[in-house]
This record gives sequence, C-alpha cells and structure tokens, in this order.
Amino acid sequence: MEDFGSAALKRLIEMHGSALKNTHANLGDATAIVDPARLVDVMRFLRDDGECQFDMLTDVTAVDYLGEEPRFEMVYHLYSVPRNKRLRVKARVGEKSPEIATLCELWPSANWMEREVWDLYGIRFAGHPDLRRILLYEEFEGHPLRKDYAKEKRQPLVGPRN
Amino acid sequence: MSTDLHLRAELPADQDQRGDLHSEHQILNMGPSHPATHGTVKFVIELDGETVVDLDVQVGYLHRGFEKECESGSWYQAIPYTDRLNYNSAILCNLGFCMAVEKLLQIETPERCQWLRVLASELSRLGDHLTRTGAACLELQAMTPFLYGIEARELTWDLQEMLCGARVTSNYIRIGGVKHDMAPSYPAAAREKIAKIRELLKDFDDVVTQNRIFVDRMKGTGVISKEDCIKYAVTGPILRSVGVPLDVRKDEPYLVYDQIDFDVPVGEVGDNYDRYLVCVEEMHQSLRIVDQCLVKLEQLGPGPVNVDDPRVRWPAKGRVFNAMEELIQQFKSVTEGPRVPKGEAYFAIESANGELGFYLVSDGSAQPVKVRCRPPSFINLAPLPLMVRGAMLADLIPTFDFINMIGGECDR
Repeated sequence: MEDFGSAALKRLIEMHGSALKNTHANLGDATAIVDPARLVDVMRFLRDDGECQFDMLTDVTAVDYLGEEPRFEMVYHLYSVPRNKRLRVKARVGEKSPEIATLCELWPSANWMEREVWDLYGIRFAGHPDLRRILLYEEFEGHPLRKDYAKEKRQPLVGPRN
Repeated sequence: MSTDLHLRAELPADQDQRGDLHSEHQILNMGPSHPATHGTVKFVIELDGETVVDLDVQVGYLHRGFEKECESGSWYQAIPYTDRLNYNSAILCNLGFCMAVEKLLQIETPERCQWLRVLASELSRLGDHLTRTGAACLELQAMTPFLYGIEARELTWDLQEMLCGARVTSNYIRIGGVKHDMAPSYPAAAREKIAKIRELLKDFDDVVTQNRIFVDRMKGTGVISKEDCIKYAVTGPILRSVGVPLDVRKDEPYLVYDQIDFDVPVGEVGDNYDRYLVCVEEMHQSLRIVDQCLVKLEQLGPGPVNVDDPRVRWPAKGRVFNAMEELIQQFKSVTEGPRVPKGEAYFAIESANGELGFYLVSDGSAQPVKVRCRPPSFINLAPLPLMVRGAMLADLIPTFDFINMIGGECDR
C-alpha cells in the first residue's frame, strides 16, 4: 500500500509543483519545502483538497540556522483526522526583517503558536490579528531562542504596568 | 416578563429612569495566582454582570526556557528537563522525547523495555486523570472526592517509586531503554495497590458522578463543537468528549499498544460532564492496560531492558576495565554523550492531555539544534474563550479544570 504521506506529496507536486522547492520523506516523515510567498496557497490547497484533507494544524515552530541564508526555517506539522496522515511543510525566512504570512485565516490554532514563534524567534506574521508576546513579557528585549541570544543573558524583571 | 411590561406601561415616560442605569462592562483580573486555578495563569475577563463577554488568557508565568536549555546540553541532559514539563505525568514527557531521539537514531527497543514503558506511562496517565478529576471537585468545593482522588494518586506514585525510585520527577525512560527493570516483587505489590485504586475509583464515582450539584455545574458548561476542536488542533479527552475517537495509541500505535486490548471512550455533547466521564473511563482503561502489562512482563521473564547499541549505552564495566576500545567508548559516552545522526524527526505520543509531540533537529553532533515540544496544554487552552463566552463566570472554573492546563508544559 502506498504511504499517503508521499501520495499527498505526489498530489502536491502535481498541483502546486512550481511552489515547491524540495520534498523528502526521511525517517518516514513526508516533508515539503515551499516558497514562502506561496505558503498560504499551498496550505489552503492541503486543507481543502479532497485527497489531502489536512484539517488540523498540529504544530508551528521555527528553527534558527545561524550562518545560513535564509537564516530561519518555519516548520508546520499538519494532520489529517479523516485519513490519519501527517505532513510537514517548511519555508525559509530571511534574516533581514523576517516575515511570513499568517495562517490564522485557515486554522485558528495558528494564532497562539505564531505568537510563540514571534516571541521566541522574532519572526513576524503578516496579517496576524493579535501579534503580542505570549510566553515572555512585553518589555523583554530580544528573542531568546535565536542562536545568537546568549543563554546566560539576564534581563530585569519588570513589574506590572499599572 | 409580562409583569415587567405591565409595570413599564404604568410608569409615565418621564418617571421611567431605568434607561439611565449605568451598566457598563467590568474588567476583572483573575490570577496569575488564584486558588481556583491550579496553575499560574491570568485571565482578563470582560464581564456583563456575571456573564462572561470576553476573555483574554495570559500564559507564560512559568516560562523557564525549556527549549533553550535543551539546546545547550547533550541529548541525555534534556531528559530531566522533560520531567519538569508535567508534574503529574513526567514519564510520558520522558517517553515522548526519548522516542523522538530513537526515531532519529533508528533504534528499536527490546520487547521487555516496551512493556515496561507502557506500564509506566499508563500509571502516569492514571495519576494525571486523578488529579484532574479530583482537583475539579475541589474547586467546585467538594473536598471528599478530592481526597479519594489524591489517595489513589498516592498509590500510583507509590508504584512509580517502586519502579524508578522517584515519585514525581521520575527520570525513568532513557534513550534506547529504561533506567532499570522492575523488582521481582513488583507485580504482586502492584496488583494489591491496583485493587485499592479500583475501590477508590468506586468511592469517587459514588459521591460524584450522580451528585446533583456536580452534574448541574458540569452539564452544558464549557461546550465546544467538533469543528472548533479540529480547527484549534485540540486533542486528548477534550476532543474525544465531542465524539472524535482520536487517540495516538490507536491511530499510530507506538510501543506495544497494538498488542494491547483497550477501548477509546468518547462523549457526545462536548461539555464538561462528558469530559469528566471520558476521563473516568480512561482511568479504568489504563488500569486494564496495567493488568495486561503485568501479566505479559511475568510471561516474558527476565531479559534486556536496554538496546544493545554502543551509540547510546555504556559498555559493560568488566570490559571497560580490561579493554582499550571500551575504555575509550566509556570516556566518550560520559564526556560528550551520544551523537545523533543529522536529520529531523517528529514523534507524537498520547499524553494525558492529548498529543504530546517532539520535533527534533540534529546536525550530527552531540548537542541538539532544535528541541521543540508540542505542548497539548498550551494548544488546548487557546480555545478557552470560545468555551466560556456567554457563560457565567463560575463556569470558567470547571471548564478550565477539565482543560487541565499544566503550567510547566504550557509555558515551558
């Protein structure tokens, strides 16, 4: 039986081949690396297409590859409840004013997870309805999960604003 | 209503002052430290009288840089941090991380180890559900069932202590195995305690499930639809309470769950009462799984509980003292820990709150590039405003209890 992970990838290559930069299924995790400018189109297709049906955005995170260009990589994990399959979608984001389109319109679960990525990595999400810090406080300076943020760095704890 | 209209009709227009009453919305801060939220979280609630108009959930008070810490140590040094993600089910967090590393290393653990892992994780799940249901009763001002729940949780912690030497931060699961095998006397002691847990669950059921006050507070509150659950990526008992039988143990079986006989309970309405019933039934199913594990472990008899792979296990002591290669390997294992092949992997397990996933990236060195924990508490908490908008303020408490936000895991 063909693995649906790769069948979804096959379908994605057929329909949105020009938006894909690379695909692989290392360790059994079907992965598509997409052009960040086409991310929302690809994601909408994956959600709505009858052969994909990825109705759940289970996880959003980022990885900092310091020294590479583009520096950041957004990582999205999709899950299809009716088909019980997973797919990973990745897109690269550059270091200078890192920004990528939000997925809040497609999946409300993206709201908090994108806020977390903004908080910890400093990647902005264009069109996000409520892009505030979520785990750290507003006065915090910098984005601690970036590789160039020293682990020992301390910041003053700011009291409540009012 | 009819008398009200009647009164209004009788009042001359210039004397009717009800329109002048000031009734603006009130903003109420609840938390970050509040006795009815067993976790550090702040709600900024917009109230119209006692009705919740809107709610802003503010998390992060327990943020301690879990991912940053993991990314600055060796692969082994991350395991104790995963203990601290969830004080109720530390073993499940250990397991999620270790199995993700094993996926990167492409290691298959021995059969006995897998059964021990299932046993330990079900005890953890039991403890977690007992805390959730017990604490929910406490916060609805019912002290007795809380004590039944906590007494039963003590017994699960006793069993964990017998298994791994610690009650809460167990640090039991290792990459490629478990810390050590169970003692020969373990199955007998476990059966005794499980019988006691079953009795306590019965007592709990007797005072809670049909209790009029409890049912009134739980039925019809905190309702969420199936569509909203899926859109918000809600998993675990909350998703099952709306009737979606999604359980990673069944859908993508890991360890030996495909050889174990257990059911996935589902609800119908998706209110707090359904969540309560789902949790109670899951506890019974966990006990069923523990029974099967004990029988199987007795059948299997003594055997290895760690994979025989030099990348992750230390060599036998006798060889270390007498052979150069093993001495060098021991030195490397201790000083830098395992080197994990270059690549990325996502591995999900079913924790007590839902899908607990780890996304790991390795560059082939002994230090992880990325350790991402997909925290079910954090993701399940996001749709809380949906569940309580338009409800009474008091309904927030049971709804929040059954989301079971664990600060350590939510804020990392």
